[in-house]
Amino acid sequence: MKNETLNRLKLLASEIRLETMKIIASKGNGHVGGSLSIADVLAVLYGEVMHYKPEDPDWKERDWLVLSKGHAGPAMYAALGIVGYYAKEDAYHLNEAGSDFPSHTDHSKTKGVDLTTGSLGQGISQAVGAALGNKMQRIDSHVFVICGDGECDEGQVWEAAQFAAHYHLDNLIGFVDNNGRQLDGTVEEVMSHGKGIGAKFDAFGWEVIDVKDGNDVKEILEAIHRAYEIKDKPTMIILNTVKGKGIDFAETSGEHSSTLNAEQWKVVIAEAERKYEALKEELS
Amino acid sequence: MYKLAKEHTNDKRNNRDAYDDAMLDMMKVNDKIVHIDCDLAGCINATRIKKDFPERFFNAGIAEANAICVACGLSATGIIPFVHTFGVFASRRAFDQVFLSAGYGERPIHIIGSDPGITAAFNGATHMPLEDCGLYLNVPNAIIMDPCDYAQTYVLTKRSAETDSLTYMRLIRRSFKTIYEDGSDFEIGKGVLLKEGKDVTIIASGVMVYNAIKASELLKEEGIEAEVIDMHTWKPLDEELIIRSAGKTGAVVTAENHEVNTGLGSAIANVLAANCPVPQEFIGIHNRYGQVGSQDFLEKEYGMTVEDIADAARKAISRK
Repeated sequence: MKNETLNRLKLLASEIRLETMKIIASKGNGHVGGSLSIADVLAVLYGEVMHYKPEDPDWKERDWLVLSKGHAGPAMYAALGIVGYYAKEDAYHLNEAGSDFPSHTDHSKTKGVDLTTGSLGQGISQAVGAALGNKMQRIDSHVFVICGDGECDEGQVWEAAQFAAHYHLDNLIGFVDNNGRQLDGTVEEVMSHGKGIGAKFDAFGWEVIDVKDGNDVKEILEAIHRAYEIKDKPTMIILNTVKGKGIDFAETSGEHSSTLNAEQWKVVIAEAERKYEALKEELS
Repeated sequence: MYKLAKEHTNDKRNNRDAYDDAMLDMMKVNDKIVHIDCDLAGCINATRIKKDFPERFFNAGIAEANAICVACGLSATGIIPFVHTFGVFASRRAFDQVFLSAGYGERPIHIIGSDPGITAAFNGATHMPLEDCGLYLNVPNAIIMDPCDYAQTYVLTKRSAETDSLTYMRLIRRSFKTIYEDGSDFEIGKGVLLKEGKDVTIIASGVMVYNAIKASELLKEEGIEAEVIDMHTWKPLDEELIIRSAGKTGAVVTAENHEVNTGLGSAIANVLAANCPVPQEFIGIHNRYGQVGSQDFLEKEYGMTVEDIADAARKAISRK
């Protein structure tokens, strides 16, 4: 794994954080914490791993990404803008009336969004269907799906999990954004997961890879390369992340949704810009 | 074009085989069509599909919510999925998935809900969908069908696959009356004017079509000429036919195997109120749960017999 690649991905993750803040700031409030925690996996997917054509979003041979935790839409919009599905500025209209950028990812609205999500649990089921459809049609591609740890409270996640294992969907690679927090508090407080979410997926017949630092692009990339080698079953990569990662106020509060005033957003965007520029300088 | 059967006798075939026949005929020529079941394939003989097309038959197990969303994902890759479970599970159990992933998500999947209304008979209240179509009526642009016999079930299954919409079709499982001859053709969204009349219009669907025909025969003996319409598609509703017929007869009876407050009668009342207000009487389930019993017993219990329809017609006429 080249340092050059990792540096590029780190910088992309930083840019995704900056753009995510600009997108949420355009509305004034949104799901800051859970968007920031997945910036690094999005950087690895869009910056290195996935095959896609921004000029042809429905390209049959593409890799798919389903954001099952659809409320992290702003982070996905940031990534899609950076890699060229549209101009980055297009997404600075979060949740405006008539906007193509609703807070939850919507296939009918936004270029590059493969499936509509938002009602938790439904995204992973749809991703399973897409993986089955591509396999049936002998399309050599992968379907990636990102779930929340809170989302794993939903029974449907486990219905999807058993189906994917039963049909040996090794073209399906999932991630759990295991940031430990959900809307009402910590996952441990609200609804704990027995022996752990990873242990559950293991029991359901998935290969499970635990990534100690789920905000480290190197560890994420290594995990995906390992997942590529797994045959006859789907893989779930547990990303142990920090909710709000990379932005001081969000990392401290760990809150699910944040509302800031215009002045506060200026400070946050300035922080994200400063961090991005400093990293660029450091890596150049 | 359709051709009415000479006699409306019991079909020797189980109605569920009409779905299987249509699927097998389609699957032979279209490799994108798949059947997904929720551990109820045996109940509709879809094991025939599994036997002939094992690679395009998927059992999702007893997990209906997932089955609907898997179908949506398949559809996104260009597959044409049909999903079957009992009507209660296809509606109540999986409604958020139907509404959001399939409806709002614009995925044209085709959902088959078997054992509509009182045909669930001895499976009782827990398995008796009296509100399935009512739920689906809330899904913008969904197509909802309640076919009445073998020939119609066969055609509407095929027509479903030709649409770009989410469809929901009720499926009577067992042998039932033959209304049409095989080879009859039907169009989604176009009701069938079975019998012309001038005094009252009876609009029915599914198993109530037979009773509506019989009621019209009863009324004829009294000199009442009832117009009979088979409204196999609830949505989009054939408003033109309703308005034309109600305008002519000036009285309407709706007969459905469903809760009347959220079903065909209500949908038709909406059309009449806005376009052609005439007296309307509602045959169907009135604010009740299902229960165990034979279909004949349940028809009587819920006031859905031939005589009940004839009474409703007399009442509607008297209110003109």
